[in-house]
Amino acid sequence: MTDRERDGAEVVLRLSGITKRFGALLANDAIGFDLRKGEVIALLGENGAGKTTLMNILFGHYTADEGTVEVFGQPLPPGHPRAALAAGVGMVHQHFTLADNLSVLDNVLLGTRPLFSASLGKAAARTRVNRLAQDFGLAVHPDARVGSLSVGERQRVEILKALYRDARILILDEPTAVLTPQETTALFATLKKAVALGLSIIFISHKLGEVMEISSRVLVLRHGKLVGEVETARTDRHRLAEMMVGAEIAAPKVADRAPGPALLTLKAVDTARRGNAPGLKGVDLDLRAGQIIGLAGVSGNGQSALAALIGGLESPVAGRMELDGGQNADWSPRAAIAAGIARIPEDRHRSGTVADFSLAENAILESYARQPMSRRGWMDWRAADMFARRIIDTYDVRCPGPSARIRLLSGGNMQKLILGRVLEAGPRIILANQPVRGLDIGAVTFVHNRLIAARDAGAAILLISEDLDEVTALSDVIHVIYEGQLSPGFARGTKTPAELGLWMAGQGFGGAHHAA
Amino acid sequence: MDLFDILLNASFWAAAVRIASPLIFATLGELICERAGVLNLGIEGIMVAGAFAGWMTVYLGFGLWTGVLVAMLVGMAFGFLHAVLTVPFGLSQHVVGLGVTLLATATAYFAYRLSLPEVTSPPKIEPFQPLEIPLLAKLPLIGPAFFAQTALTYLAFALILAVWLLLYRTPLGLAIRAAGENPASVEAQGLSVTAIRMGAVIAGSGLMAVGGAFLTMSAFSSFFFEMVNGRGWICIALVVFGAWRPGKAALGALLFAAFDALQVRLQQTPMGAVVPYQLFLMVPYVLSILALILMSRRAEVPAALMMPFNKGER
Repeated sequence: MTDRERDGAEVVLRLSGITKRFGALLANDAIGFDLRKGEVIALLGENGAGKTTLMNILFGHYTADEGTVEVFGQPLPPGHPRAALAAGVGMVHQHFTLADNLSVLDNVLLGTRPLFSASLGKAAARTRVNRLAQDFGLAVHPDARVGSLSVGERQRVEILKALYRDARILILDEPTAVLTPQETTALFATLKKAVALGLSIIFISHKLGEVMEISSRVLVLRHGKLVGEVETARTDRHRLAEMMVGAEIAAPKVADRAPGPALLTLKAVDTARRGNAPGLKGVDLDLRAGQIIGLAGVSGNGQSALAALIGGLESPVAGRMELDGGQNADWSPRAAIAAGIARIPEDRHRSGTVADFSLAENAILESYARQPMSRRGWMDWRAADMFARRIIDTYDVRCPGPSARIRLLSGGNMQKLILGRVLEAGPRIILANQPVRGLDIGAVTFVHNRLIAARDAGAAILLISEDLDEVTALSDVIHVIYEGQLSPGFARGTKTPAELGLWMAGQGFGGAHHAA
Repeated sequence: MDLFDILLNASFWAAAVRIASPLIFATLGELICERAGVLNLGIEGIMVAGAFAGWMTVYLGFGLWTGVLVAMLVGMAFGFLHAVLTVPFGLSQHVVGLGVTLLATATAYFAYRLSLPEVTSPPKIEPFQPLEIPLLAKLPLIGPAFFAQTALTYLAFALILAVWLLLYRTPLGLAIRAAGENPASVEAQGLSVTAIRMGAVIAGSGLMAVGGAFLTMSAFSSFFFEMVNGRGWICIALVVFGAWRPGKAALGALLFAAFDALQVRLQQTPMGAVVPYQLFLMVPYVLSILALILMSRRAEVPAALMMPFNKGER
């Protein structure tokens, strides 16, 4: 869309002067922009830049402290999702707002009829959902239980919900974070159909490639401020990245290095299923000294099972697990720590830290029972304090001090403390499960460089990530995990992202990998 | 042989249906609350309050149905208290529920003592009389059991269907179920989670109170202390037993009531002369626990049960 075309198109949405504070945090600072008919705006920014907050204000989940929203020229009353829906605004939330135990149709129908009407009108609704699904390429069975759907299918339900209510403006909050490259392509095809039918789209992302592909205009948010606005056709990824971060960023450099001996070997390992999460099936894996093994895959395909196994939370039900060539009789978190396995857990709030413990207490969670943190059964708090101070200094943890409660820290600083706890123990094997999830680019670079340094110092690292770019940038060898099975190892640079995407979608599996 | 005789006796089945009726009211009430995501442990006390309020209204000279209405309104008032504390304020549902039970029970006993200070044996009221349905009441076994009961019992059984229709066939029911599964889905579709949850708790509490009123107005004809006697807690278990489905929960209530009717009759057999009666009293509870273990292993708990929802919070 050229400038002239855009200027001619109707303004469907106008935000002006939106300001929102959460306590001392200024999440949105006087943000304003226009969205025109048939346009795709990308809202780009790091985590915590205020993108989601802004969209939640637009949709009425939050109420802005200042500023107004106008949809099709009419002011939108703040704080009412119902008003936003009625005005033609539909939102596809990052964390899906679906009830798993209900059917697709029930989820779509929820709230569409007056509460006290006597019937749900399911038959007519089913026809309409099927037609919308066909028109927009959103294949999903209306009577399927949402809990039984894949992540990609759930997202289609979210989009259907909005379309069913005749949304003219579609907001998608980080829609591709959970999709395989192929599912992303399908999503973009759907969005292009929607735009062709005159819908307008706000697409939130921090993935530059996708922003370049789908959007006609990019708005960049940083620290709650709108710092840039640019036609997509007149910019490139590099410039967008600079606008987003506010500085030049250097990609991590990984020098080639000959791998050392295998420190941990899995041979045909199976683990038990856990609820909906698949267990491992016949997994062969070598973790070698001085090597980063990357694990790519769509979330929920057995990553947690592998992490639980290596972290000592689970034992194999079949197959062999060898540390330095010998099998371990009892496998437990304690045994894993004793074997020199350090863990960066997937969820730093839930399993990485104890929120109401101090930094010092959190720093010694794994070493409290040993010298020098305790002697003859008594804690030595001075040693713990010194240890925490060392981590704070070395890893640049911004905090009031070792006695502050860790819940007060931002995600990035919390992760740096965990990283310090992991690396200061001098681990032989590092299990890095989503080590940079939710961190801004500065913190990401810091964590990545530290991991590379640990690898160069001879540690074996298993990097689990849902971000394919991260995996390909850091890993010496990449395995793809799919429904608990592991692909063969692909050496750095031997597979394109598209090829890995096919593996992530399950192609190439099915007994083949056992032969490989 | 005794057991066989008991089971073929129409009075046994009639008793089972009668005992089940208050449980059905209260179980359906609890089920509506829990389907919306709120555990209502106020049930025991709300039943006591309902039993007292209904009975007192009739004792003061009002009609029986006025009594039922007053009981329901009193139940809804305590339900409102529970709803305000647990839904918009998001307080612990366990603590609030136990608090409401203590408050409602104590208030009912206090009001009883205030209004009848001199009385040692509580006065009786004229309760609901059995209504025989022509022809059907003459059927063997099921006739007396299902078609010669009081109006309140018929109402209880009609409510099973009504609650089922509400939950599965109306937009409101869909919203209630969604509020118990994922309140964010309700919010994102433009509905108020607070209003739906509060409404469900208040309406459910009204049903619980009617269950309590059944005891004074259709079963015992008077009010005395400890008369609810843990029935509320049984209903909490029956909701789980029924996997949060009205039909299955009501079936559970009938099953429990049948065990209860059975143990009374077993006490009167020759075996009852040898075995201490306390063991018989345990029968329905033991059998219910066994049934609970067998039936509810794969039950799907409403995913957001006991999870407070705060709009606009990060």
